[in-house]
Amino acid sequence: MSQIDVPVMAQKVAQGKKPEFLFWVGCAGAFDERYKKVVRSFAKILNHAKVDYAVLGTEESCTGDPAKRAGNEMLFQMQALANIEILNGYEVKKIICTCPHCFNTLKNEYPELGGDYEVFHYTAFLEKLIEEGKLKIDKSIFRDKRITYHDPCYLGRGNDIYEAPRKVIQSLDGKFTELKRSKSFALCCGAGGAQMFKESEKGTKEVFSERTEDVIESGAEIVATACPFCMTMLTDGIKFRDKQTEIRNLDIAELVAMNLEL
Amino acid sequence: MAKQFIFIPLLLLTILIFGFTLNRIWQLFKITKATNPTQDMVKRLILTLKIAMGQSKILRKPFIGFMHALVFWGFLAITLGSIEMVMDGITGKEHFFSNFGWFYSLITASGDLFAYIIVIGILIFLIRRKILHIKRFSGIELTSKNKLDASVALLLILFLMVTLIGLNWSNSIKNEAVLTGWFPVSSYLASVFSIEQTLALCVYQLCWWSHILGIFIFANYLPYSKHFHVFLSIPNVYFSNLEPLTKLPNMSSVTREVKLMMSPNPYQQNSNETISRFGVQDVEDITWKNYMDSLTCTQCGRCTEVCPANITGKKLSPRKIFVDVRNRMNDKGPKLIKDKHYTDNKSLVGDFISMEELWACTTCNACAQECPLNISHPNLIIDMRRYLVLEKGLAPTGIKTMFANIENNGAPWQFSPQDRLEWTKDNEQ
Repeated sequence: MSQIDVPVMAQKVAQGKKPEFLFWVGCAGAFDERYKKVVRSFAKILNHAKVDYAVLGTEESCTGDPAKRAGNEMLFQMQALANIEILNGYEVKKIICTCPHCFNTLKNEYPELGGDYEVFHYTAFLEKLIEEGKLKIDKSIFRDKRITYHDPCYLGRGNDIYEAPRKVIQSLDGKFTELKRSKSFALCCGAGGAQMFKESEKGTKEVFSERTEDVIESGAEIVATACPFCMTMLTDGIKFRDKQTEIRNLDIAELVAMNLEL
Repeated sequence: MAKQFIFIPLLLLTILIFGFTLNRIWQLFKITKATNPTQDMVKRLILTLKIAMGQSKILRKPFIGFMHALVFWGFLAITLGSIEMVMDGITGKEHFFSNFGWFYSLITASGDLFAYIIVIGILIFLIRRKILHIKRFSGIELTSKNKLDASVALLLILFLMVTLIGLNWSNSIKNEAVLTGWFPVSSYLASVFSIEQTLALCVYQLCWWSHILGIFIFANYLPYSKHFHVFLSIPNVYFSNLEPLTKLPNMSSVTREVKLMMSPNPYQQNSNETISRFGVQDVEDITWKNYMDSLTCTQCGRCTEVCPANITGKKLSPRKIFVDVRNRMNDKGPKLIKDKHYTDNKSLVGDFISMEELWACTTCNACAQECPLNISHPNLIIDMRRYLVLEKGLAPTGIKTMFANIENNGAPWQFSPQDRLEWTKDNEQ
């Protein structure tokens, strides 16, 4: 068992330090077995690039996104106000999120409630690190690999971030192919709007299965995702279609960390 | 003179009926709730130029989008000609704008050219609806009445264009020597296919009157039709949501309650305001923008076509939400005008839009992205979920469990907050 050195905000502040960035890990990052690997990869990248950051650790709590989308505005605002109190208490100015749902909520829905921060999605942050030369993506481990990318709704349509994840993937030197429905035309994985937490309604098929067909059709060996819910859905879809040997679902942070041999 | 005696009363009648309709709709708007999408005028004007005038969203389907754009731009050009006809009718003159020189040539020429283009466009639209049966033109929300409405509107436009072409053509024949204006297609047709002067004069009068009467009927038909979008699409785009698609408005009434709850002295800040309802149960709870969206929707089905729930056979159809809003407002609205406490023991949520539909939405916003008129379906769906959850406590089991987990341990799953740093340990190596 190896432990990654992840700075915690309370300890940093106790040492009289004020980290530049807060890394918002999110509930999936903290608790979802598969997605834990993603946030681990991202923390390793942050350490590697010597980013001055910290996490809230046990002080972090759900942003309230799924409660809000499921109509429970009361619970959402209780979560939001409590989180804002903690964030403002630490005088947080800049936040990096891996989960697009946390990203959307912190960026768009917290300001009116008193939580005004500069919020970055990690794909845009990685793009910047690569541009600035802080990450040297020079290994050729993905050369000739066919890689495709599934746009998370809350990142693409929701917040108009289409290019950053593509640029990061393209910097890996693989063969990038677009899915049939991509960018603003992308099909949802099926988990947004609190669907992740309930059974789907009666229909003819599952949304993740419909989306997996696009992935299979693209002929990609790797489908890159940038959202914990999309990852759950597409990984399920690939299993459901019995394509685990042909197609791997990896997060962009994992691809970068693999390239850096972290 | 005789023309004016007939024309002016007809015009007044048209305006009177139209005014009556507008007043009725205005009264219905007054039932709805306030909302504030009116700031940022410059941003809104740019958006209107791009999406309404430039047709940028309808062009997401390049071929048929371009056909629609041509019809729309054609309408704008032809409207100038229609205004001239009205002026001619009022004053008894002919070609009221004809002393505008080259500009007159430009508007008559573009009007003439577009009349033919629109005929082609409308024929393609009819073929797509009636022969090709494009999938998005059907759905549970589209009754035979809706389909008839679509055909009537298209046929009315076709009638208007045919009479306009007849008008331009006969005008080119009867005024061959001193033709005012420029009718490139019609005068070419007149040169290869002509009739004698007196007959041309008759055709001209017939076309003039049937065209103008057609316009009067069309204008008064539109507010009762899905084709009301001819009038409302531009304002609807102007008033559209400028925020990121996935930004869901915070309920300020809830903010007050939560702040009260979290304050150290909750009993000292008693607010006198009473909240009538959380979320949307029926038409009186929607905002005027929601109602405007429902009147603007022309049922093109681009929203439903891209909806992941609908694609995978679920009952949800984003288009249906707004078709239901409009129908329900037509039913209940007039009674609410008379008595604001009127109830028929039915409601939009439950009797018209089922929980099964509302809970199938993934809030992916593909529908809102696709809507050429910038209607926002997911936000209204969430408003309806808010009513179900906050007022009725109704939600699928999984959702209730998720709520309880967030309340108890600050995560949608049942894990202890104390374990929030467990991810830093790599258990695999």
